[in-house]
Amino acid sequence: MELKTPLYEKHVEHKGKIVPFAGYLLPVQYESGVIAEHMAVRTACGLFDVSHMGEITCIGKDAVKNLNHLLTNDYTTMYDGQARYSPMCNENGGVVDDLIVYKVRDDHYFIVVNAANKDKDFAWMREHAFGDAVFTDISSEVAQIALQGPKAEAILERLVSREDIPEKYYSCKFHRKIADMDCIISRTGYTGEDGFEFYLAAAQAPKLWELLLETGKEEGLIPCGLGARDTLRLEAAMPLYGHEMDDEITPLEAGLGVFVKMGKEEFIGKSALEEKGAPEKKRVGLKVTGRGIIREHSAIYDGDKKIGMTTSGTHCPYLKAPAAMALLETQYTAVGTSVEVDVRGRRVAAEVVKLPFYQRTK
Amino acid sequence: MNHPTELKYSKSHEWVKFLEDGTALIGLTDYAQDALGDLVFVNLPETGDEVTAGEAFADVESVKAVSDVFSPVSGTVAEINEELLDAPERMNEDPYGAWLIRVENITDKEELLDAEAYIQFYESEADA
Repeated sequence: MELKTPLYEKHVEHKGKIVPFAGYLLPVQYESGVIAEHMAVRTACGLFDVSHMGEITCIGKDAVKNLNHLLTNDYTTMYDGQARYSPMCNENGGVVDDLIVYKVRDDHYFIVVNAANKDKDFAWMREHAFGDAVFTDISSEVAQIALQGPKAEAILERLVSREDIPEKYYSCKFHRKIADMDCIISRTGYTGEDGFEFYLAAAQAPKLWELLLETGKEEGLIPCGLGARDTLRLEAAMPLYGHEMDDEITPLEAGLGVFVKMGKEEFIGKSALEEKGAPEKKRVGLKVTGRGIIREHSAIYDGDKKIGMTTSGTHCPYLKAPAAMALLETQYTAVGTSVEVDVRGRRVAAEVVKLPFYQRTK
Repeated sequence: MNHPTELKYSKSHEWVKFLEDGTALIGLTDYAQDALGDLVFVNLPETGDEVTAGEAFADVESVKAVSDVFSPVSGTVAEINEELLDAPERMNEDPYGAWLIRVENITDKEELLDAEAYIQFYESEADA
């Protein structure tokens, strides 16, 4: 049976089209539809319920040593309130999950993981924990709401003072009050726009949701569903676990090498990645030069030779064009390479392009 | 939701308008376009292609998904609505104006419903 997030009643009230996703009942879209929701985020602002995400704390004086062992990124030099993304690898160099770690203080970190992987991640972390470090799954107590778009800061400014707003991307402020609600205010997101994510007690989520919607109304803020979340992240070429990476795909193949610190003394998966050497396949962007929309799991050909598979693909509402991401044999990954994709038995011409498809102008 | 009484409907959510010259226009119902969401692509057959009652003749894609469109009649494609190739959103905006194909030489048709029976059909399907 699917779980409901603390905002389920709000989604029904706002006429969300509810679907099961990662074990939760969530809105795929509201009345305005995926395209309007996508455009709101690119041009004004959108509000997302992302309470299905998992939250895990890591507490103890060996916390940072544990993170540096578990994760490919380096957590040695971080300031309190900083956020840092990382893949988490298995022994073979495949990806268990990708996640964000916030530093609360030297002996306390807050980790946000994908909903569908939460239990697997928590078990993996506990299994590999050592010394003084305790991992605790606090997901059921925590709600997460994302306010995303160029108007996000203007909307937040009406609710909190300047000093409560994290200035830098990938940083946060702990224990800030929005009305009387105690929140973590984080400058992060999964849309390719500026924006904020709020973590707060599950019971208070409906109140914050309504307050944000009401406050942002004049700026064009509308609630957005999972459909727009997916088209936005794809247009911004942000990888999604289970698509661009999984237990078999390495972070280097997924184009996440910048988050893999091979210079670190040790981390799970390091020796496997060293053995594999330069990746034989790599993540690329594909632009459709023929007619059609390329979806995930479509085979890619150079003539009769199969050279890769797509990992995600859709129509991009802001670019008004279809786009896909794919894992391709390395020799075909140069920008401008022409390929063909099998779309339900029909060959559609495509071309390798630079990622991201969309980048906001700052 | 709007389902004009002068049209006939299939259980796979297409509408048919039988014209006086013996040909028929085929499109997606209001219910179908609403369920599919924003349509962004359509793949149509070519003039002269044969279509068969109950079999797919086109596909439409929303942002999220691909769906086949089934022909309620058997016959030959006399005309396609080329406007839709560049403006698939017309199927959302005006589902009964945005016909996909016109079929001639009709030899067979599926069991078709009138508007009232069609509404009952999808309401019972939604409850199931």
